[in-house]
Formats: sequence, C-alpha cells, structure tokens
Amino acid sequence: MADDLDAQIRAAQAARKKEKTADKASLVGDVSYDQDLYGGRGVERFEGYTTSIPVNDEDEEDDMFAKKAKKLSSYTAPKQVFEEMASMEDDVDPMENFRPSRRIADRESEYHARRLNRQLSPERIDAFSGQPANSEARSYAEVMREAELDREQAQLQRKIQEKKKEEEENMKELASSGELQIRAQAQAAAMVEKAKAAAAAAAASADGPKKRRWDQNGEGKTSEWEEDEKSTGGKSRWDETPKEEVPARKRNRWDETPVDASASAWDATPKKQSGAATPGGKRSRWDETPVGITNQFAATPVGNMGLMTPTPGQIPVPMTPEAVNAMRWEKEIDYRNRYLTDEELDAMFPTEGYKILEPPATYVPIRTPARKLMATPTPMAGQAGGFMMQEEDRNQMYDVPPEIPGVGGLQFFKPEDMQHFGKLLDQKDEAELSVDELKERKIMRLLLKIKNGTPPMRKTALRQITDKAREFGAGPLFNQILPLLMSPTLEDQERHLLVKVIDRVLYKLDDLVRPYVHKILVVIEPLLIDEDYYARVEGREIISNLSKAAGLATMIATMRPDIDHVDEYVRNTTARAFSVVASALGIPSLLPFLKAVCRSKKSWQARHTGIKIVQQIAILLGCAVLPHLKSLVEAIAHGLEDEQQKVRTITALAIAALAEAAAPYGIESFDIVLRPLWAGIKKHRGKGLAAFLKAIGYIIPLMDAEYANYYTKEVMIILIREFQSPDEEMKKIVLKVVKQCSATDGVEPQYIKTEILPEFFKHFWVRRMALDRRNYKQLVETTVELAQKVGVAEIASKIVEDLKDESEPYRKMVMETIDKVVSQLGTADIDHRLEVTLIDGVLYAFQEQTVEDVVMLNGFGTVVNSLGLRVKPYLQQICSTILWRLNNKSAKVRQQAADLISRIAVVMKTCGEEKLMGQLGVVLYEYLGEEYPEVLGSILRALKSIVNVIGMSNMTPPIKDLLPRLTPILKNRHEKVQENCIDLVGRIADRGAEFVSAREWMRICFELLDMLKAHKKGIRRATVNTFGYIAKAIGPQDVLATLLNNLKVQERQNRVCTTVAIAIVAETCSPFTVLPALMNEYRVPELNVQNGVLKSLSFLFEYIGEMGKDYIYAVTPLLEDALMDRDLVHRQTACTTVKHMSLGVFGLGCEDALLHLLNHVWPNIFETSPHVINAVMEAIDGLRVALGPSVIMQYVLQGLFHPARRVREIYWKIYNNLYIGSQDGLVAFYPRIENDQRNIYERYELDLVI
Amino acid sequence: MSTAAMNMNAQLEHLQSKHVGTGHADTNKFEWAVNQHRDTYASVIGHNTLIAYSAVAENESIGRKKFEMIEKMLQPCGLPVPRDD
Repeated sequence: MADDLDAQIRAAQAARKKEKTADKASLVGDVSYDQDLYGGRGVERFEGYTTSIPVNDEDEEDDMFAKKAKKLSSYTAPKQVFEEMASMEDDVDPMENFRPSRRIADRESEYHARRLNRQLSPERIDAFSGQPANSEARSYAEVMREAELDREQAQLQRKIQEKKKEEEENMKELASSGELQIRAQAQAAAMVEKAKAAAAAAAASADGPKKRRWDQNGEGKTSEWEEDEKSTGGKSRWDETPKEEVPARKRNRWDETPVDASASAWDATPKKQSGAATPGGKRSRWDETPVGITNQFAATPVGNMGLMTPTPGQIPVPMTPEAVNAMRWEKEIDYRNRYLTDEELDAMFPTEGYKILEPPATYVPIRTPARKLMATPTPMAGQAGGFMMQEEDRNQMYDVPPEIPGVGGLQFFKPEDMQHFGKLLDQKDEAELSVDELKERKIMRLLLKIKNGTPPMRKTALRQITDKAREFGAGPLFNQILPLLMSPTLEDQERHLLVKVIDRVLYKLDDLVRPYVHKILVVIEPLLIDEDYYARVEGREIISNLSKAAGLATMIATMRPDIDHVDEYVRNTTARAFSVVASALGIPSLLPFLKAVCRSKKSWQARHTGIKIVQQIAILLGCAVLPHLKSLVEAIAHGLEDEQQKVRTITALAIAALAEAAAPYGIESFDIVLRPLWAGIKKHRGKGLAAFLKAIGYIIPLMDAEYANYYTKEVMIILIREFQSPDEEMKKIVLKVVKQCSATDGVEPQYIKTEILPEFFKHFWVRRMALDRRNYKQLVETTVELAQKVGVAEIASKIVEDLKDESEPYRKMVMETIDKVVSQLGTADIDHRLEVTLIDGVLYAFQEQTVEDVVMLNGFGTVVNSLGLRVKPYLQQICSTILWRLNNKSAKVRQQAADLISRIAVVMKTCGEEKLMGQLGVVLYEYLGEEYPEVLGSILRALKSIVNVIGMSNMTPPIKDLLPRLTPILKNRHEKVQENCIDLVGRIADRGAEFVSAREWMRICFELLDMLKAHKKGIRRATVNTFGYIAKAIGPQDVLATLLNNLKVQERQNRVCTTVAIAIVAETCSPFTVLPALMNEYRVPELNVQNGVLKSLSFLFEYIGEMGKDYIYAVTPLLEDALMDRDLVHRQTACTTVKHMSLGVFGLGCEDALLHLLNHVWPNIFETSPHVINAVMEAIDGLRVALGPSVIMQYVLQGLFHPARRVREIYWKIYNNLYIGSQDGLVAFYPRIENDQRNIYERYELDLVI
Repeated sequence: MSTAAMNMNAQLEHLQSKHVGTGHADTNKFEWAVNQHRDTYASVIGHNTLIAYSAVAENESIGRKKFEMIEKMLQPCGLPVPRDD
C-alpha cells in the first residue's frame, strides 16, 4: 500500500517537473496565474492586476488602504449617498404586516399601559436653589395636599361603590321576595341619585376633584358625562379628545387649563381659548370645553366649525395619532367608494346600446343631516381651512417625508409627528418670531433630526443639543422631549433615542433639572418595568444620572408624594425608581428616609411602598447590601406584624430578597425577624403564608448546620401540610423551600427519608405536575436536591416504575429526573433488580415516544454510560432497538437512533461488543445516502464515534471504502453535515491516512477549499487542521500547491483561512518543506498573493515559536522588501510577522537580524492608519522583548523632545509602552542629564564605584 | 477611519495614562527626570545586590540607605520648574 502511494507521489512529481518551464513565477508547477487575466510577462502585466479589493466589505481591513490608493476615474457622489439610495429602494417590506409591531403601545400589557394614565405634572419649585420660582410651579406642600385629596377621593369612590353594591343586593332580595319590578327600579333610581349627590358633595369638599380613574369608577355616576362614558363601554370618547398637552388617552387634571393647540404644550396659561374657557385660576374639569381641536370623532360630529371659529393660526397640529390614522384610513375608503360622476360612467359604458333614464318624478334626494355629514367630509385639521373637494386631497400629504425647512431630508415622517412638529411647517418668517419661539423651533428641529433623521444627522443633532443644553434651558427642552416620550405611537428606536437625549442633556443641565424631576420620572419610571431588558437598563441609568444631578433631597421631595399614591402602578414604579436612587447615591444616605417611610402611620400604602423599596434594593444591588443588611432588616422587620395583609406579605418577600442577596452571609442580621417569621407561618394561610415560607426558605441556607436542622424540622410540619395545597403558586414555593431546606448541612438523610419523602412523592409525583412547565422544572430540581441527600437508589426506586406510565409528559419528567440524578450521583448503589427495571423502563420510554425529545435521548445515554460494564447483557436488545429505529420512516426517529449510537459507542467498546459495533458501522454506512441533512449529520457523527473507539484498522466497512463515500458528502452545504463530515475525514487523515490513495486525498483537498467559506468557525478550524493531516500523509508539495493557488481568490475569509492552513502545513511538515515555495510565491506580482504569503509567514512564526531561529535569516530579505513596500497592508502584515518572530527567538542569539528588521520597522511609526500603527507598535514591543529595552530606548531618545508636536506625541507613546513593559530595565539606560542652577538632575547613586 | 484611529489611539493613551511615570508630548525635562530618579531609587531598593552595593560604597547600613532613598523620592530633583504655559 505504502509503496504504491510513494510511487504515485513520485509519478506526480515527475510529471510536474516535466511541465515546469523556466519563465513561471511559481515554484510549484501547476500553480501559475492565468496569463489572460493577469497579462503577459512584459511591463504591461503590472497594469492590469488588481490593486484593490471589493469595496462593499466594510470591515475588511485591507480595503481601507486600497480605497485610499485607488485613483478617481470620475467624479461622482459619495459612496454613502449611493448606499442610502439603494437602501431606500428596497424599503418596501412585503412581510411588514406579519412582523410584530415595533410600537411599544401595541405590545405592552394592560398594566404597563397604565403609564399613560399618569400626567406630566407642572414644574416643582426647586427649594434648594434659593431662587424665586416660576409662579406656576408647585411646592412640595401643594403636591402633598393634592396626593392627599386623590387618596380621599379614591376612598370616597370605594365607599360609594360598596354602598351601591349593598343596595343592589338589597334590591335583589326585594325582587326575589316578590316585590314589584317598578318599585325596584324606582329604588335604584333613588340610589343613583343619592350616589350622585354624595359624589357631588365630595367633589365640592375636595375643592374640585380630579376625574376618577377608569380602574376605580364603578357604578357610581356623578354626571351625564360619566353616564356617557359608561355607555361607550368604559373607554370614554372624552379620553380620546386630543389635547396637545396631554397626548391621547391622558387625562386632564382639574388644575390644568386646556391650551390652544398652537400654543406651547407646556405653557400653563392658555393663550387662545374658546369663549367658554374661564380665565386663569383653578377650574373644575367639568366646565372644560375641548379647545382648539377639530375633532371629527367627538360625540357630535359637526366638524370644527361647530365648535369654534377656525383661527388661521391653528392649522396643522391638533389630532391624536390614532385619530390621524383612522382618518387616513377613512379618507382612502371614502375615495374608493365615492360616487361616480357622469363623465366616469360615460367612459365606462359603451356609447351604444345604453340609454340614460330620467330619474322618477317621486325621487327625492336624501337630506337627513346625518347622512349628509357622512357624504360630505367635514373639513379636517391638516388641510387648509374651509371646504375642500375630495378629489383634490387624493395624494395623502403625510405619506411623503416633507422637506421641513431647516431640517433637510428625513428618513421618515409619521403623521403622528405632525402633532409635535407641525409647527415647523407653518412657514412663518423667522424674523417675526420672539426669542423664545425661535429657541423652541430650534429644539424642535434638533429633536426631529434625532428622532427621524439619518444616523449622521442624528449624531450632529445630538451633539448640538448636548452642547447647547444649558443655553436652551431645562424647561424648553423637557417640555418638548417628555411629551414625545408619552406618545402612544412611540416605537422602541424612538424611545431609545429620546432617552439618550435626556441622558446627555442631564449631564449638562445638572441642578437645573430639579423642577423637572417629577416630569422626567413619570416618563422614565415605566421603563423600569418594561419587558425589554435593555429598556430597563436604560431607565435605571437615566434615573441614576438624574439623582446624581438633582441630589438626594430633591429626589426624595419629588417622589415622596407618589409613595402613597392611590394607584398601585405608580407606587410600584416609584419603589423601583427609589431603589435605583439608592444604588446611585448609596444606601446609607437613603436609610433614614426609608426607616421613616416603613414606619409611616398615615397610610399602609406608604409602608408597603417603603418595604417594597427595600426589596427592590436587594434585588438590584445583590451582595452590595451586605454592609447595610442589619439596618435594612431592622427598618422593615416590624412589617411582619403589620395589620395589613399586603404589608406583611411584601415584608416577607423583601426579607426573602435580602436573604437571597446576602447569601451565604449575614444570618446574624436576620435574628430579629426569625421569631415573627416562625410565628407567622403558624398564623397565616394562603398567599401570606406562601410569602413567609419563601422568606424562611431563603434564610435557612444562611444558618449554621444545627440551627438549620432545628428550623427545618419546625417549618417542615407546615410544608408537609401545604404539600396538598391546590394553589399553584404555593406549590412552587413549597417545592423551592423543600429544596433549600434539604440542601443545608444540618438536615439528616434519615429525616428526609422518613418524614419528607413519602408525602413528597404522594403529592408531587403525579401526572398533573408534568403539565405546567414551571412546576415541572421546580419538581425536577427539588427531587435532584433530595437525591443528593438520600442517594440515587432511594429516589430511583420510587419513580422508576413511572417510566412506563401512560402519560408521555410524565414519563419525560421521570426520565429527566433520572438523567440528572444519575449523572450527578452515578449508579453505584443501584442493585441488580433496580438495574433491570431501570433499563427496561428506559427502553420502554425511549421506544414509546411520540414526540422525539432530547430529554429521552439524554436520559438513555446517561443511564447507559453510567452503568458501564453492567449494561452488557442489555446491549443486544438496545442495538436491535436502534437498528429497527434507524430504519424508521420518520426522519426524527432515525436521527435520534443515530444520536444514541454516538452516545453509547464508548460503553459498547468497554463491554467488548466490537462485533456489534461493526454491524452498526455497516448499517450506518449503508444509510449514508440519507437525504435529510439533520439525519445525515447524526449518522456521520455516529460513524465518527464508532471509528474513534474501534480504531481505523478494525473498522467495518474498511476505511478505503468509507472515505470515497465521504468525499461527495463534503459538498453538502448543511452545517451539521459539514461539521461532522469534516471531523470524520480529519480523523481518518490523522490516524488512517495510509488506507487511502494519495489521489483520493488530493481530491479531498480540493473539496476542502470550499469549506473554508463556512460560516461556522468550528468547520473552518477542522478544515484547516485536516489540511495539516493530509499534508503530513501525502507530503506537503501537492497540498501546498493547492493552497497557494487559493490565495488568488477574492474572498478575504477564504484567503485568511488558506494562510492559516499553509502555516499549519508548514508546522506539521517542518517549515523547510514549505518556506521555499512560499517565499517564491511572493514573487507573484499580485497584492492578494503577496499579502497572503506574508500572513502565512506571520502565522507560521507564531506557531513554530523558537524553531523560527533557523529560518529568520532566510526570510529577512523578504520581510525587508515587504517593510519597504508602498502598500500599507504589506507593511502591516510584515510588522506582525516581525512581532511573532522576535517573540519566538528571544534569547536565541538572533539580535543582528532583528536589529536589521527594527531599522525597517521604525520609519513606519508615523503611520496614521489604526491597523498599521497598531501592528508597528506591537512589532516594536516584540523587538523590545528580544533586543532589550535599551536598544529601543536609544531610538526613542531621538524624538522625545523633538520640536514638532506630532513627532513628540508618537515618540512618547512608544516611550510609554517601553516604560510600562520594562520600567526597571530602563533605569541603567536613561541619559545623563546635567544639573542646572535650580535642580539636580544627575543620578549620583549610579556613579558609586568601590 | 479617522474616528477609528482616534478611538484606538485614545484607548492606548488612556491605558498608558493609568500608569504613574508615563509621559506625553508636553512632558518637560524636569518631570521626566523626577520619574527617572524615583524609578532609580525604587530599582536600587528593590534589588538586594544594588542596595547592598551602595551601602558598602557609602559605609552605611542597608536600612539607612533604603530610608534615605525613600526620603529622597519626595523631591528628587528639587523644586519643580514652573511651566511655560
């Protein structure tokens, strides 16, 4: 065989020699560049060759330089412009409708949507600035009073509601007792009246009550409007009333006056109002008229004329985004369904054969006003005032991004943006505007650019707005940013950008933000509970920066009123925000406040929120709470005995969070809560008990062994009682606590066996538990934890029978548990009887799968591997199962069977079942024609595992048959197939290359080149290694020839991989077999080839390390040439080579060559291209190691004090590198500096001579 | 590209500036010399042979030499030279 191979190689080489002609550049005969493509041998051959690499690959480092070098053939627009144009064309996405909406409002839950109920309250007085505040700003006292009113009102509502319910029940009783229906109705009416009166009284006493929230308004009605609201199914159309200051569903507050649309949204004094508006002062919301709005969707659709005289100034702005959308839609429908005109009909019908009939005399056109209104569109906002013909509006003006004066072309402009930015379109003369208005427009323009602009526009705008932040002032900035963030059509990207603006602006504004802290919080707090992780992080960052800018006092003063807010949503977000403040400013500074809040006597909500803050702090800060653990626990401890159930629950949860964060330290801090906790679990039931148990579950692991044992026994009684709780949440917590308790040291296995296990298995190991994903996981975890204590046999014997259960999910759960338990603890204590049942059960469960699941496969594999030699009696049975399943119709089943082979191959070998494996090998070989790539990949993997364990020579089918079957499979493009195939081929090349002819290996080499394109790194690495094995097997020449030829290809990745392969070939076959051909290839006048050669050299010297000392003199002339080349990449790659080379030969006496190379490297220090300068610096660093710091120091001294700054800069940079690398080594080589009259510079210590 | 270059340079410079004793284009002779002196003292103190050598040469105890050198680190070249700018 070997003789045959040698003969082949010799023959091939002889053939090549014959072929070789003197004028070819390449040493390796069959590799030469195409004369047609690259030109002849004359002077002109340099003209045609590629001087640049494709431009579209942006991250291709070579390109950067190539682009620069390329001469302009003609003047044309910049590249970005083309790219932009190109990207605009394929803007239309056919899948648009099927994608999940990017709008935040569309995907958030009802709870999240409650953020829209919050309002951007007026500014607050900055009590710490010492400056007179804006007259509209509210003080802390006012805010607190208002919060108080809110609460009272909510209470009142609740009372009314309760009363109402009571009445209804009475009513029912009456009705059922045979009273007359009419009487009942009268009664009901009276009740309603009464309730109304009560509410009115409440309103009066509350000094103008706020409108109640939708989540609280029950049946209690107070006015017609409320009735109206009810009739529309809870969603009031008044809520929809578009008001500029309160975008969409926002509610108006009684103390806020409605503002005309064209006035600034934040200007609290209305500038232009309808006659109904009361001037200034506090108004009840009841007498509020929607102003400045052309509202088509209001209760009475009368068009804007009906409401007020249209003022010319209020043209485009006011409509809610929903309204705009609806309107756009409706307009289109209207247009499509419009009446056909006579001309159109004439055009449609043939001129002959038809007759136009007179309308019957009795026909009267419909003149009911309602229909009339439908037919003729009311003039709407966004169009010039007055009536307009429908046709003229055919091109929807919003669809095209308009050119906005002073902004330029935007990426997009949504109709919703009109609401905020419409003002920019009103074409007013800038000269007429006041300074404030100009400023407002300026901000608006910048924001629009940031929100809708192209990335470069966005960048400059962001910088401008940051730089000018203090000039603009906090008020104008936030008054525009914040409403945008509240917009219901906001998308993720927009939110991200706006939040970024706030972040940047915060830094600049610093304490100027104080009056706006609350407004910002209202907008940012919802981010803290967003489902998107990044949004949460962003929110935390903003609040943290905000608290640093505004200071602790302001933050507390601002958020204090929200702590006992009526709305749970507000309290929740406030608690989270407070925890962020604590993490930003430190827990100690917030502690006094927390203590006070947690003890608040005024309302339980305040206590609840205070304790929740502590919980959130624990979750957010983790182990950083440890230093303050004691004070935090003390602050909330009393909550365990609070009168309010909710407070007790949250306290227990907070303690659980603290214990989790502190684990495994800090048990002494929890001393004070132990007693109430234990008392609590005896007292409470249901949800409260669950929370208490959770707290205990987290505290027990912190305890010493004996305490843990004692407390576990105490709590276990309760736990076992709760085993039978039907409540899902309780089940999960109980399981978790059992897991935590049994994991502690103090708990004895005997105790678990006798006390816990029987009940545990009775209640939890039931089919129902397998159905819920979270229960399933928790149960498996807990059981595994218990097994750690009581051993495998105890657990396995209890559940192994269930492997034959009829419910598949349950079997799966059993299998997963057995898998985990066995893989952690082994099968040593499983006796023979259990072993039989186990294998039997596993086989049954494996065969009976209806859905092929990796859980079953893993379980099977784990059990077989763990049993090892003991599985021998069952192997025959297992193999027949596998064989049967390999022949199955379903691809999944076949794949799983093949996967199982690769898992148990090692065990089969251990059991000495080579013959069986041979059989499997042949069967797998026969299935290599498999068409499903997933299955084929698995089959290849199974083959590989068999080859691995039984060796090349014993393999059936023989390798010489197997490999030729694999060659075509290498062409398969599926990743799994490729990976397994290349692994198998590489394995054969490594261990059994002699079984296959050299020609076959060369064929494989060519196939392998394609695999260098693979996306998966593993495949590329395996390919490159396989080149090494093949080269070793058949000699490097032919492989090298193939590889060198491949350096000419265009793809960068392909070339890079080729260079790596060349280096590996050189490494495996000794460099001297490769270097001559490689260096000769450098003579090919082609950029890619030369760079490839240099790169190969770089990898080569990296791999061969100190072996490089024998080759350094050989390659020096080549590197010399490369370091003097005009092409940057040449120099860069040569520098990298020098680095690897010098690091390899450090201390081996090659200093002369290295110094020579240093002289060539050094002139490159002034390069500006980042990659080149990096490579140069690294080369110098490598040379520092090899030559010693003194040599480099002598070079550096030339330029440290050069008159030109540019020179000094780079020299100091090199000096710094040198200094950091060899600080001590430099001491002896600093130049002598002579003393002057002022200072002593001589280092006399170095002059001592004995 | 220029931004990339800026970034990389800035990163390297930032890394370097974290170390005491590094310099920059505006480092003057005095500052550089001070660092040299301190490094020299540190090196002598750190190498047993060097400190022993200098102790023998000056006929002082090793401890005293160490102490003196540490003291000298404070203002090894005398008072600072006022900067031009």
